[in-house]
Amino acid sequence: MVELLLPKNSKVGKGRHYPAPAGATNVKRFSVYRWDPEGTGNPVWDTYDLDTTKFGPMVLDALIYIKNAVDSTLAFRRSCREGVCGSCSMNIGGRNTLACTHGWEEVPGKEVQISPLPHMPVVKDLVADLTLFYAQYASIEPWLHTSTPEPQGEWRQSEDDRAKLDGLYECILCACCTTSCPSYWWNGEKYLGPATLLQARRWLADSRDEATGDRLDALEDPFKLYRCHTIMNCAQVCPKGLNPAKAIGEIKEMLVERVV
Amino acid sequence: MASYEVIDHRFDVVVVGAGGSGLRAALGCAAAGLKTACITKVFPTRSHTVAAQGGISASLGNMGQDDWRWHMYDTVKGSDWLGDQDAIEYLVRNAPAAVYELEHWGVPFSRTPDGKIYQRAFGGMTRNFGEAPIQRTCAAADRTGHAMLHTMYGQALSKSVEFFIEYFALDLIMDEGVCRGVTAWKLDDGTLHRFSAQTVVLATGGYGRAYFSCTSAHTCTGDGGGMALRAGLPLQDMEFVQFHPTGIYGAGCLITEGARGEGGYLTNSEGERFMERYAPTVKDLAPRDMVSRAMTMEIREGRGVGPKKDHIFLHLDHLDPKILHERLPGISETAKVFAGVDVTKAPIPVLPTVHYNMGGIPTNLYGEAVIIDGENPDAVVPGLMAVGEAACVSVHGANRLGSNSLIDLVVFGRAVGLHCAETLKPGATQRELKPEWTDPHIARLDRLRHASGSTSVADLRLEMQTASQEDAAVYRTGETLESGVRRLDAVHAKRPDLRVTDRGMIWNTDLVEALEFENLIGQAIVTVAGAVNRTESRGAHAREDFASRDDANWMKHTLTWFDDATGKVTIDYRPVHSYTMTNDIAYIPPKARVY
Repeated sequence: MVELLLPKNSKVGKGRHYPAPAGATNVKRFSVYRWDPEGTGNPVWDTYDLDTTKFGPMVLDALIYIKNAVDSTLAFRRSCREGVCGSCSMNIGGRNTLACTHGWEEVPGKEVQISPLPHMPVVKDLVADLTLFYAQYASIEPWLHTSTPEPQGEWRQSEDDRAKLDGLYECILCACCTTSCPSYWWNGEKYLGPATLLQARRWLADSRDEATGDRLDALEDPFKLYRCHTIMNCAQVCPKGLNPAKAIGEIKEMLVERVV
Repeated sequence: MASYEVIDHRFDVVVVGAGGSGLRAALGCAAAGLKTACITKVFPTRSHTVAAQGGISASLGNMGQDDWRWHMYDTVKGSDWLGDQDAIEYLVRNAPAAVYELEHWGVPFSRTPDGKIYQRAFGGMTRNFGEAPIQRTCAAADRTGHAMLHTMYGQALSKSVEFFIEYFALDLIMDEGVCRGVTAWKLDDGTLHRFSAQTVVLATGGYGRAYFSCTSAHTCTGDGGGMALRAGLPLQDMEFVQFHPTGIYGAGCLITEGARGEGGYLTNSEGERFMERYAPTVKDLAPRDMVSRAMTMEIREGRGVGPKKDHIFLHLDHLDPKILHERLPGISETAKVFAGVDVTKAPIPVLPTVHYNMGGIPTNLYGEAVIIDGENPDAVVPGLMAVGEAACVSVHGANRLGSNSLIDLVVFGRAVGLHCAETLKPGATQRELKPEWTDPHIARLDRLRHASGSTSVADLRLEMQTASQEDAAVYRTGETLESGVRRLDAVHAKRPDLRVTDRGMIWNTDLVEALEFENLIGQAIVTVAGAVNRTESRGAHAREDFASRDDANWMKHTLTWFDDATGKVTIDYRPVHSYTMTNDIAYIPPKARVY
C-alpha cells in the first residue's frame, strides 16, 4: 500500500526550554532544531530565551552565545564569521541563509526559528549532510580544461572576458540555493541543483577554457540541467547576491545556440 | 576508558589541512604518483585561506618594471632581518612561476587592459630597494584567497587526492623522534582513525584564536602547532604576532590592505593623514607592524575617533565608486554588513587586530621540519613537514608583508610536493604502527570527552584570549608580558577542572572545542614566554622597555618547547641564516628600517 504519512522520525517534538536569566529586560526567543544521532528520540525544538544585550547582532552571535553560556551541546558549523567560507548556512526564520551575516533582528515574527538546511539528511542538530552536494559539484569537473600548450606567462584574458566571470566565481558553496530549490528537493539525486550549475556556467563562461563542447554534452540531460523550472528560490536566498537561475538560463541558451 | 573503534589507513603522504598550502602540497604529491591523503576538519573551501582578500605577491612586472631582487629586499626589510635569506630567495624567485601556475589552473585574476594579471600596491612592496611603492600584488578583485582556494580544490579533485573531510586530527604518531603518521577523529560517525604515512605534512594554519579579537576564523586554532608541541617538538619565533591595521572596530572582520593599495588612507580625530608623519616615503603603505603602532600611538595620544576615541578611520569615500565596485566589492559588502558603513560615503572604523602568526614549526626551504641537534641547528625531523602559516620557514621573520602569505602557501606547498616526489618511493614499506604510539592520543580524547570539572571550555578559552589580548598586544613591556605569563599559567593550571557536557562521539563540537583549546593554550603560553624573553624590539614585537633592535644579541630565532604536563617552557635559539640560496644575490646586511 502507498505510504502517505511521513516517517515517524520526521515529527519534531517539543524540547527543553531555557528561560531567560532573572532580571533580563531585552529578551528574545530562539527556537532551535535539535537532534542527537546517538540518542533514540525524535528531533525537538529547544527554546532559548536569551538576554540580547549579551551578544552581537548576527544569528551566529546568538548561537555562539547559546553554546558558550547556555548549552554547550548544541552542534553547528561555523568558521570565518564574515560570509566567505559558507560553513554556517542554515534555515533561519524559514529562509536559507548564513548565520554569520544575517541579523537576528531581521527575522520577522516574535521568535527566531533555526533549523538545518532543508531536505538534506541531518547529521546532528544544525549540521546537514552535504555529501551529495559536494559529489555533484565535483561531477562538473570544476577546473580549467585546456589542450593548447600553456604559455610561459599567463593566458591573456581581456577585461571584458574576465567580467563574464563576475556573478559566478564568487559562489561560496554554502548550498543555501540548492537546498531551497523544490526541483532539487524532488529530484536531488539526478538534478545537479543551482549551486553546481552556477559553477558549471562559471567554467563555460571562462574564455580560457577549451572544453565547452564536452561540458555542454555532460549537462545535456533531462535531469541534470532541465529540472530547473525557474522557480527562482535560489536567487532569492543567495547570501552573496548571485543569481544561479540566470546562469542556468545561460547554459540552456548555449545548448540551443549550438544546435541552431 | 570506553572502547573505541579504530580504523587504520596507509598512505605515502598525509597532509593535515586543506587550505592553500595543504591543497598545493597534496596535489603536488598526488600528481607525482604518491598515494596522498588530505585530512581536514572543515570542507576544503571553508579553510581560512578563503578569507584572504588583497592578493598574492610576485614580481611579474605587469604594471611596470619589477625584479625579484626588489621583492627580496622588501621581504628581508619587512622581516626586520629575522627572515632566513636563503628561504626568502627561494620564495621570491619561484613566485612568478607559482602565480602563472595558479592562472593556468583557472584562478580568475583581475586583468590589465592588455589582458595580463592585474597587480596592486601593498604595504612595504617597493621599487628599486625602497624608492617608492610598487604594484606587485596579483589580485582577483578583493577575493584572491577565495579564488585561489576554490581553484586549487578543483585541481586537487582532478589529481585524485583522497580527502578525509571533517576529520579532526588528534596527534602525531611519533616513534623515537620519527613521525610515522597521525591520528584523527571522524566527526560524522564518531570513529577514530590511524593514518600511517612515510611523511606527514602539517598545513594547519595559524592560532589567531589564542587572542580575543582577531581577523582569523573560529577554526584557526593552531592544531598542528599544538600537535607538534605535544610531540616534544619546538616552535619558532612565536613572539611575533602580526596585528593587521584594519580590522573592523568591534567585529574584527578584515578590511584588506589592498584598500590602501587602491588609494585609501587612515585619519585620526583631527582628520589628519597621520601616516605621513610615521612613514614619509610610503605613508599608508608602510608595513603592517608600523601602521599598527602608528594607529596605537594616535589613539594613546588622544587622537582616536569615535565617542571613546578608541579607533581610527579608513577612508575610501574619495575613490571612484566604479573602482570600489570592480576592485574592492568584497570589503564594501563587509563594511556595510559589519560596520553599517557605505564606503562610498563614509569612512570605516578600524583598529589593529590580530591577523597572522609569523612563528610556527621550524622548517627548511623544502618544508622539512627541523630541530637543533647538538651542533646542527638544521637537523631534519624524519617524516614530518610543515607548510603555510603553521610553519616558520622563515620567510616572514619578525613581520610579514601583506600578500607574502598567499605566495608562501603556494611556493612552499609546491616545494613540499617536489621534495616528496624526489625523496619518497610510492608504496614503500612502512613500520607497523604500535598501539603504544597511539594509545595516549585516544586516552587524551577520552579524558576530555568525560571531563567533568566545573569550568566550561568557553570560560577558560575566554580567560586565555583576554590575557593574550591585554598582555601581548601591539606594544609590550616586561611588566605586561610577565602578567601574561602568570595569567596564562593560571589558565593552564585550571585545565583539570574543565567540563565537557556533550558525551557523544558524533559531531561533538563541545569536545572539538576542548581539543582546540588544548592546542591553543600551549601556543599562547610559548608566545608570551618568547616575548618576555626577547629583550629587544623587532618587527611585530615592540617592547617599550627595549625600544631598539639589538642585532648583537638577538639576531636569532627563538625556539620554545612546552611540557604539557607541567606547563614548563624551555627556550633555545637557532641562528638566522646569514646566507642566500645562490650566488645571484648577496646577503642583505641589516640596517635601520625606515620607510
